[in-house]
Amino acid sequence: MQQTAEIGYNSKVEGEVIVTRADAALNWCRKNSLWPMPMGLACCAIELMAAGASRFDISRFGSEVMRFSPRQSDLMIVAGTVTYKMALAVKRIYDQMPEPKWVIAMGACASTGGMYRSYAVLQGVDNIIPVDVYVAGCPPRPEALLDALIKVQNKVAKEPLLSTQWKTP
Amino acid sequence: MTSLELADKLKSQFPTLISDPSEFRGEITVQISDANQMAEVCRFAKHTLLFDYLVDLSSVDNYGDDPRWTLVYELYGLGHHCHLRLKANLSEEVGELPTVSDVWRTANWHEREIYDMMGIRFRGHPDLRRILMWEGYPYYPLRKDFPLAGKPTDLPDVAFSNPAPLEGGPFVTVAGGKDTLAREPRVRLPDADSPAQSAFSKP
Amino acid sequence: MSVHIQDIQFKEPSARIKETLQSPPPAASRASDDLVDVQGEKMVLNLGPSHPATHGVLRVILEMDGEIITKATPDIGYLHRGDEKIAENMTYTQFIPYTDRLDYLGPLANNVAYVLAVEKLMGIDKLLTPRCQYVRVICCELARISAHLLGLGAFAMDVGAMTVFLHTFQEREKIYDLCESLTGARFTTTYTRIGGLSRDLPDGWVAQCRKFLDEVVINFDESETLLTRNRIWVDRTKGVGIIPKAMAIDYALSGPNLRGSGVNFDLRKAHPYLVYDQLEFDIPVGSVGDCYDRYLVRMEEMRQSVRIIQQCLDALPGGSVNIPDGKVVLPEKGKVLSSMEELIHQFILVTQGVNAPAGEIYFGAENPKGELGFYINSRGGGTPHRMKIRAPSFVNLSILSELLPGHLMSDTVSILGSLDFVMGECDR
Repeated sequence: MQQTAEIGYNSKVEGEVIVTRADAALNWCRKNSLWPMPMGLACCAIELMAAGASRFDISRFGSEVMRFSPRQSDLMIVAGTVTYKMALAVKRIYDQMPEPKWVIAMGACASTGGMYRSYAVLQGVDNIIPVDVYVAGCPPRPEALLDALIKVQNKVAKEPLLSTQWKTP
Repeated sequence: MTSLELADKLKSQFPTLISDPSEFRGEITVQISDANQMAEVCRFAKHTLLFDYLVDLSSVDNYGDDPRWTLVYELYGLGHHCHLRLKANLSEEVGELPTVSDVWRTANWHEREIYDMMGIRFRGHPDLRRILMWEGYPYYPLRKDFPLAGKPTDLPDVAFSNPAPLEGGPFVTVAGGKDTLAREPRVRLPDADSPAQSAFSKP
Repeated sequence: MSVHIQDIQFKEPSARIKETLQSPPPAASRASDDLVDVQGEKMVLNLGPSHPATHGVLRVILEMDGEIITKATPDIGYLHRGDEKIAENMTYTQFIPYTDRLDYLGPLANNVAYVLAVEKLMGIDKLLTPRCQYVRVICCELARISAHLLGLGAFAMDVGAMTVFLHTFQEREKIYDLCESLTGARFTTTYTRIGGLSRDLPDGWVAQCRKFLDEVVINFDESETLLTRNRIWVDRTKGVGIIPKAMAIDYALSGPNLRGSGVNFDLRKAHPYLVYDQLEFDIPVGSVGDCYDRYLVRMEEMRQSVRIIQQCLDALPGGSVNIPDGKVVLPEKGKVLSSMEELIHQFILVTQGVNAPAGEIYFGAENPKGELGFYINSRGGGTPHRMKIRAPSFVNLSILSELLPGHLMSDTVSILGSLDFVMGECDR
């Protein structure tokens, strides 16, 4: 017997009314419009651009609005080698982003220092800012970045919003 | 005109200063005995011998030898398409030679980089500041007695640095060691007492 | 109130700045003159290190008089990763992956330039097999197309033409596909080896490459239709950022930036390496040296690269891609497992590296960004005593402090875009 199921939400089912938790609704809005702050530092930035460009098209996941202003961003994508000279600038930009905010460490360099074990390179951006998702690869393929984005979205979806205090200062 | 002829011309202009040209892989190198005369030689090379294009300027640390520094100038002429390498040694005590940034302006950044990486000063340079590392960084990283892993520094609100963990990092096999650890050290330490040694020996 | 047309005419930026500097308002009249604030008060504007127009982590501190830049101080080093120090601590072969990450828009060309330098040091550059040489030329030119496409796309995007970026990236993805089937990675390729290549061309690669070349030419036409006679594009690039010939040489610019200023110098023609002397191609040269000229030079270079690759694919010889010398090139895996001699060669090459003679060489190759040179000072053995990387972007950027003053703030974006630099290479 053939069964058909509707994809997506049919507003007619419950008479234009939907019942859900406020948290879930708010997080649903929030997770599908993460605006990235592209912290493009090195090679990974090129794959970040590729993820935003024609073939991979990050806008399918609602994150095409790359904002170079930290004030308008929710998600910082640290793409590339963080050097000590750059480290405090990265931290400063992170501090300027409004709460709530998430961070993806893209690539081996941003995650651990990668192949650059030298006097000039910070060994992982998690030394200065909290990281939500690490992406392996040197550089990671755009698919890997999109996967990381989906993982962040899942994390955002489960974030308690109104039920408990968002964050105690 | 060939590089060799140009080198000979340079030698006839400065007979006591310039060594006989030597050749390796088709490149002509001349050694200049007094680094203090470098700017003069370069000026002649540019204006008379028409080496109008300074390709590169680098420095070598001959750690353990005296004189410690070697400055290497790669000259090229866009008119005659000839390449010439000038070299000059410089002792660590002097550590200073005249700038050539008034001969070729491209030398400005090259000299700043050498100052930043090796600590060699250039007399008369218009703006001798660090270029790659930050202002206030206390070491000269390309010196041979500076470990690859780096040393800890802290300049509040500007930058900080910590030694990088080199376990599993780049390593080089050295022939003739008595055991595997000596033959394949995880890191080549220039100085046994450097802080990186203690960081390395920690479990 | 009538406005005379002379009052609002636009002047050359350099003339504007000269006027401002030369005729400051007389000191006595300052207190009474209400307009004194209009000129005189300098503002410092910090551009970068995180700014979309700086293509990475370049920082420029601009001193402005209104909209006009009076002083520019570039600050680099935000991506200094210590490549030269790392090179001193590993074998020649181990350093090849690091060359990918110098100019990460055209890594194949970096791989080729680096191994050519090491081969020159070892004196085996004339022994390379013909197939290896042709494949390396193809790699270099693919890298050039890829780098110029991105440079062009980013330049256009900065000036406000987003479409071009998406267009060029479409073609870059095809180059990535080619790279991926050739080397296994999209752009950190590590393809070359000392004395050869890591592997031969895979099956069907030549046909795939030919298909790409046919398609990419159409894309060039499309991009040119979007830009070359576009009024906004021309207004924002023509006459902006003029680098006179003498200044370009004095600052030792290289690549399209040098040729845009009218200097006909290309290492592929002046000192042909690989098989460039057997190939037919033209060197485009600009006439004025402004941003528009540099754009046109890059556009034409890509077309010439297509021409070169087509010739190489036609003339591609057969045979091995590695020189038959066990002391330089890793032996086949099968033989390592069965034959004593190959096992020893493999062991020595992996643990100690190639045995380079003592001496010093400089080798420069014509890379997408300009002359990428390696100065290698060897004391013998498998590691360099000192390796200096002559990075074209580093040298090209040193002109900024002289080029920017006198321009409007918005011109900075055009100039930075047209210089087409990569910070990974600039800072090393």
